[in-house]
Amino acid sequence: MFKGLVRLQSQFGNVLSLSKVCPRNQHSRFAWKYSTAAAERKRFYQDVSISQGDGGLYEINLDRRKLKTPGGKLFTVPNEALAIAVATEWDAQGDTLKFYTMHLTTLCNTALDNPSQRNKQQMINAALKFLETDTVCYRVDEPHGLVELQNNEWDPVLRWIENRYNVIIGSSSSILGPVIPEATKDRFRQHLNSYNFWSLTGLEYVITQLKSVVLSMGLIDRHLSVEQAVLLSRLEEEYQIRCWGNVEWAHDYDMYELRARTAAGALFVHLSSESSTVKNKLMQD
Amino acid sequence: MAALPSPLRVCRGILKELRLLHGPGYNQSLAYTYVMDQFRKNKVTGERYCRAQQEAHHASHSYLCLLESTRSHLVLHNLYHSKGERNPEQVANLVGLRLPTQPGGKGWDK
Repeated sequence: MFKGLVRLQSQFGNVLSLSKVCPRNQHSRFAWKYSTAAAERKRFYQDVSISQGDGGLYEINLDRRKLKTPGGKLFTVPNEALAIAVATEWDAQGDTLKFYTMHLTTLCNTALDNPSQRNKQQMINAALKFLETDTVCYRVDEPHGLVELQNNEWDPVLRWIENRYNVIIGSSSSILGPVIPEATKDRFRQHLNSYNFWSLTGLEYVITQLKSVVLSMGLIDRHLSVEQAVLLSRLEEEYQIRCWGNVEWAHDYDMYELRARTAAGALFVHLSSESSTVKNKLMQD
Repeated sequence: MAALPSPLRVCRGILKELRLLHGPGYNQSLAYTYVMDQFRKNKVTGERYCRAQQEAHHASHSYLCLLESTRSHLVLHNLYHSKGERNPEQVANLVGLRLPTQPGGKGWDK
């Protein structure tokens, strides 16, 4: 019922591009030049709603205008959950739009616009490049406490992924890192081929955040929670914090940002490969 | 399988975050309706081993983490990083110094 109303509204809505509606604030105050305030924009809408357009894709409506990507395409997402999550991000903004807090919107924009113009194969190769320099494969020789911590925390995940995918990865404390067999890369390449373009965008994002294929796959396969994956990715930093103390404006700030980004990426992968899950649920009823 | 907090706790956590985002009218929002709907739908499967339920549990936990972390990050950001760089005078003040002043003006500004 509600959706019908929104669709009716959007028919009347003019399709001006957002840049025309809201010219970028051009403040030239000195402090703005270096602050994030320059990346912000005044909120120019009241209501946020979603509607289902042609082909079953979901769209976001800001008042009566349809949301567009920075590349000028119509902003569409494949399922309701993602649409609602994105709409919530837009609705949660106060007087100014803080784009750096809208991680899911950013990911959708990247998937829609594909600014680097890459195909699936190039993305898979870029993702697997991280396997050669994977965080959990690089170990230290000293100090003793950190060595122990790395062995205790990273080894179980490494063993888990080796069993799960039946591959050999291994770890090393040499500067060159472990030698990853070609068969391992082939196995992962094969596996990643089954992901669609949107999921791959999310997965690559998670990998670049955690700097680790192993932890990312653990997260996507639901072996790890977001908090665990982030903790394992920042293991050395956590060790240093334990020795030297926590600095809120650096350590906590980084950790929350990393968590938010990783959670957004993981959620994005799960939601954009969801279609089969939704069918299961319907069959159970 | 990661040990996650119980679905009830996750659900309450998400609702709390939504309340912080939307204010008192949060139970009119799209997200509220959807989240409640999903939690109810996935509840009925009870004791059976159910993959869909686990997936939903993990996804809901990720969403909770996203909302919480974004809020905490924004609080820290506003506290420490939102004002931009300090000007030379303020920086000098931080360490108890003062910039040199020239009594008769600097020559070029008249």
